[in-house]
Amino acid sequence: MGASTQVPDFKVGILALQGAVREHVGVFSRLGVEAVAVTDQATLEAVDALVLPGGESTAISRLLETSGLLEPVRRRVKDKIPTFGTCAGMILLARSVSDGRPDQHQLDGIDIDVRRNAFGRQVDSFETDLVVDGLPSDSRTRIAGPAAEAFHAVFIRAPLVERVGPGVEVLATVEGTDGERRAVLCREGSCLVSAFHPELSGDLRLHEMFLESAFASHVKVPAATASRSKQ
Amino acid sequence: MVMNEPEQTRRTGTPLVKRGMADMLKGGVIMDVVTAEQAKIAEDAGAVAVMALERVPSDIRRDGGVARMSDPALIEAIKAAVTIPVMAKARIGHIAEAQVLEALGVDYIDESEVLTPADEVHHIDKHHFTVPFVCGATNLGEALRRISEGAAMIRSKGEAGTGDIKEAVRHIRSITSDIKRITVADSAEIFNWAKTLQAPVGLVEELAATGKLPVPLFCAGGIATPSDASLVMQLGAEAVFVGSGIFKSSDPVRFGRAIVEATTHFKDPSIIAKVSRGLGDAMRGQDASTVETRLAERGW
Repeated sequence: MGASTQVPDFKVGILALQGAVREHVGVFSRLGVEAVAVTDQATLEAVDALVLPGGESTAISRLLETSGLLEPVRRRVKDKIPTFGTCAGMILLARSVSDGRPDQHQLDGIDIDVRRNAFGRQVDSFETDLVVDGLPSDSRTRIAGPAAEAFHAVFIRAPLVERVGPGVEVLATVEGTDGERRAVLCREGSCLVSAFHPELSGDLRLHEMFLESAFASHVKVPAATASRSKQ
Repeated sequence: MVMNEPEQTRRTGTPLVKRGMADMLKGGVIMDVVTAEQAKIAEDAGAVAVMALERVPSDIRRDGGVARMSDPALIEAIKAAVTIPVMAKARIGHIAEAQVLEALGVDYIDESEVLTPADEVHHIDKHHFTVPFVCGATNLGEALRRISEGAAMIRSKGEAGTGDIKEAVRHIRSITSDIKRITVADSAEIFNWAKTLQAPVGLVEELAATGKLPVPLFCAGGIATPSDASLVMQLGAEAVFVGSGIFKSSDPVRFGRAIVEATTHFKDPSIIAKVSRGLGDAMRGQDASTVETRLAERGW
């Protein structure tokens, strides 16, 4: 099933203050969906969905403030624009963060608490195959071979979810350093977050899943309406 | 329902994990720091990583002598002071210094011409390490040789410690203009390019197909102002290293913040103007044509 033809002129904004912006743009382009870099408020207000990419969450937080985008992004997230946060994006969208900086801003888009750099330093960064609940199963973008059932995930100085609110669906877990299984892919309403980097591994299915749900909410409520109802 | 099957064995130190780390630094500023206090100032200013070293390049130039890997105690103090990634420099070809840095848990090793080379023939075989490496390059051939040895990030060298941007511009332009020419080369020309560049033909073929290096291309060596950062980003750098330019300026806090903003908004001259206004004195610097030791010539 193609994600491309469902909503004409649908535009995804990638917050482009710092980090892996081009990789997300590339994935959406392969899915036939326009993606634009967001560095100012006018561009932000014109997009139908928002991606907060990986990068350094402390630097992105600082740049949200200096670029005058903190409150506008917070408002759009509060108004339930479909939002996908990867790694640093997950940290920014969480309700609270440990091992961060005290002045780090939280967008509070999803009811989870996360720990930064939860696996250790870069030498502990890893790739692995994850079992993910609810991935598009009949996708033309699905990868072939033995890996088809799993999602190949790249964790880079990655965070972990330490508390999951009652309204949050957990779609994938891994074992944390304490031996407990911890959430690494979560969804609540319009907000999807991953501790890993789906934009790096060449598997388009998570972006496709995000778009499907974004298209669904888009059809129900036109983009012009300021406040979208929860799906 | 979540299926709690354990994931397969985790793989650390793969090319994807090493390059992915560099991808996460794109659009950012990596700042040289010599104390834990400076590291905190860098993190406050919005640096995406710090380079822990004992002397910034301009002081290495001034002091002379042999420049080596930093004291592990200094690197550990800087690691403890910040939450962002910490990089450190090993001498070119100094396998043992790189092993020590990996054991210390630094997030990236810079096999750097700023330190006195340990091997005038060989670079480190970087494939053997779990920690990723960045290496300097003055041209495309040098960049591709470092990538074939396992570098997961390339930075154009510039002339470190001068605060003079012209060498950085020369190097980044040399790399990007050769990439452009290779994208229009035919298959016979590709072989000649590989020969001329002294680089593996497979990497040249990949470059011809994709139009970009297989690893991120950052810029270093001479960035001293917000406009310098904007310039090299417009020329194709994906992030910047600032060495002496922050802490040898008259106001490191403001310079740090200004260069961070300029790197993000490099296409917007009104923002560059805003952050540059009344900024104070940039590092004094030295015309790169007049330096006694050309650090950029180190590396083979």
